[in-house]
Amino acid sequence: MKNFNGQVLFLDRADINTDEIIPARYLTEITKEALKPYLLEDLKFDGFDPEKDISGKSIIITRSNFGCGSSREHAPWALEVNGINLVIAESYARIFRQNMFNCGMMAVELPAEDIDRLFAEFSDKSTNIETDLKNNLFIIKADGKETEISFTISGFDRALVEAGGWVDYADKNY
Amino acid sequence: MGKTVAEKIFDAHFVDNPYGDIHVIKLDSVFCHEITTPVAVNDLVNRGKDRVYDPAKIKAVIDHVTPAKDSKTALQGKIIRDWAKRNDIKDFFDIGRNGVCHAIFPEKGFVRPGYTIIMGDSHTCTHGAFGAFAAGVGTTDLEVGILKGVCAFHYPKTIKMEITGILPEGVSAKDVILSIIGQLGVNGATNKVIEFAGTVVEQMSMEARMTLCNMAIEAGGTCGICYPDMNTVDYLWPFISDEYESKEAAMTAFQEFCPDADAAYDDVITIDAGGLSPQVTYGYKPDTVKPVSEMDGTPVDQVYIGSCTNGRIEDLRVAAEVLKGEKISDSVRGIVSPATPAIFNMALEEGIIKIFMDAGFCVTNPTCGACLGMSNGVIAEGEVCASTTNRNFFGRMGKGGMVHLMSPATAAATAIAGYITNSKLYNA
Repeated sequence: MKNFNGQVLFLDRADINTDEIIPARYLTEITKEALKPYLLEDLKFDGFDPEKDISGKSIIITRSNFGCGSSREHAPWALEVNGINLVIAESYARIFRQNMFNCGMMAVELPAEDIDRLFAEFSDKSTNIETDLKNNLFIIKADGKETEISFTISGFDRALVEAGGWVDYADKNY
Repeated sequence: MGKTVAEKIFDAHFVDNPYGDIHVIKLDSVFCHEITTPVAVNDLVNRGKDRVYDPAKIKAVIDHVTPAKDSKTALQGKIIRDWAKRNDIKDFFDIGRNGVCHAIFPEKGFVRPGYTIIMGDSHTCTHGAFGAFAAGVGTTDLEVGILKGVCAFHYPKTIKMEITGILPEGVSAKDVILSIIGQLGVNGATNKVIEFAGTVVEQMSMEARMTLCNMAIEAGGTCGICYPDMNTVDYLWPFISDEYESKEAAMTAFQEFCPDADAAYDDVITIDAGGLSPQVTYGYKPDTVKPVSEMDGTPVDQVYIGSCTNGRIEDLRVAAEVLKGEKISDSVRGIVSPATPAIFNMALEEGIIKIFMDAGFCVTNPTCGACLGMSNGVIAEGEVCASTTNRNFFGRMGKGGMVHLMSPATAAATAIAGYITNSKLYNA
């Protein structure tokens, strides 16, 4: 199973699309590793600089409809090769969300109130999250304080995470 | 309780219900192109499972970057080409016979009412125009589809979109779908299928229905679906005439993939398109839509006519009608990409290619081309393109560039004017 713990990158914008996560000009690459330098290269908004802000981060917290647009699995791959296996958002585009779990990664939905609270309380701090998959809990640590937020994950999504992805799961079952 | 089209198709293809509302369904076809397939092929090779579930059900094409522009894209082409050969995939369309996937596969008769289709391309929803369930997926779903012929989805929820009235002159399927996306928003149909019904859809050609269904994904939709009717049968007849005694017999069989009268919908939305005007996007999301009249005068640097949305023969005919006897503005670069060789040939025979060239357009080979800024027609930072494509994300057609989505008629008029404007086909 992949690692779902670490430092948080807050992306305070809705509808971040897959062209912003990994621009089409890099889809000529045929290895996941080659995508590493280009993650979020075209994402432009105040308070985000891909060159400074991505390094050392393992988790993204963002708003609604993350990963809309193209079906490119290069988006999850670009996250994965940068050590980011977990995205927490209010909602996702269908294909991106499925691609994450198909790769054994996690795209977890939290209610808008929880996302608002995470942004309000933590987005200006160095924040670390530990994922307790057994108890469906995110343990959020910043400034020496600790908060817990519970999440839900469907049986199928959990099975994909535990199997390491859909190819392994499907190969065993179908 | 009756069933929606997607529910009927899912139930007819049921394999497993491993958890909750997850249904694993059998696939009638898996479509492949050279951008999202090579990583799946390499992974299958690495796993020692370099095989396909049924070579006759796999269709493959090189369309995104063709001819190859550099060593990397040449390698992508080589991987899919060698794989198709190794696995005896007969329906592989290489350079000279290739075209934009969502135009060439229907044209070859590969899509039928009631089919289940996946492809590693978000605009796979296009094929719902034939009454099929067709969904864009990522490379991992594609890989499992290639190997096992199955895919997992949530059991489908459906929005029924009843489009009533009669479209005004000069207003097309593109204007209808842009207007719908403007209303639904970019995630208004996420995890849902959209059934397009009503008088406007009934009167649409298959080409127009493909334009409509093509952009269901821009509202987050899994698939857009139109009900099979005599237009569908007429389009498919060259491919199915040996399977059915008559067109009426085919229609009777396809009725199975129309919804039940008492089907349960997540939402039913009625739109009167009788008063619709040509539409255009103004922002960096496909739901930022306005009437063209409100954007009139916005200068553009490039006009692009093509893609899986609007690169079909009807689109080229409409654009040519506007361009005939005209020259495009000196300040504009015009590019047209007929979506398939057959479309290119028709356009040649009908004199459409000459009209484009006389007007000052560059005519490219069939390819996805400028749409996603991967091969030709890339725009520079700060430049603006008026485009008949489907996405206007920041940088989509080239880093720092802007795209305004519109119909072929509006794009042609915009090319002549040098700024966004309504075509002469629209008199209002």
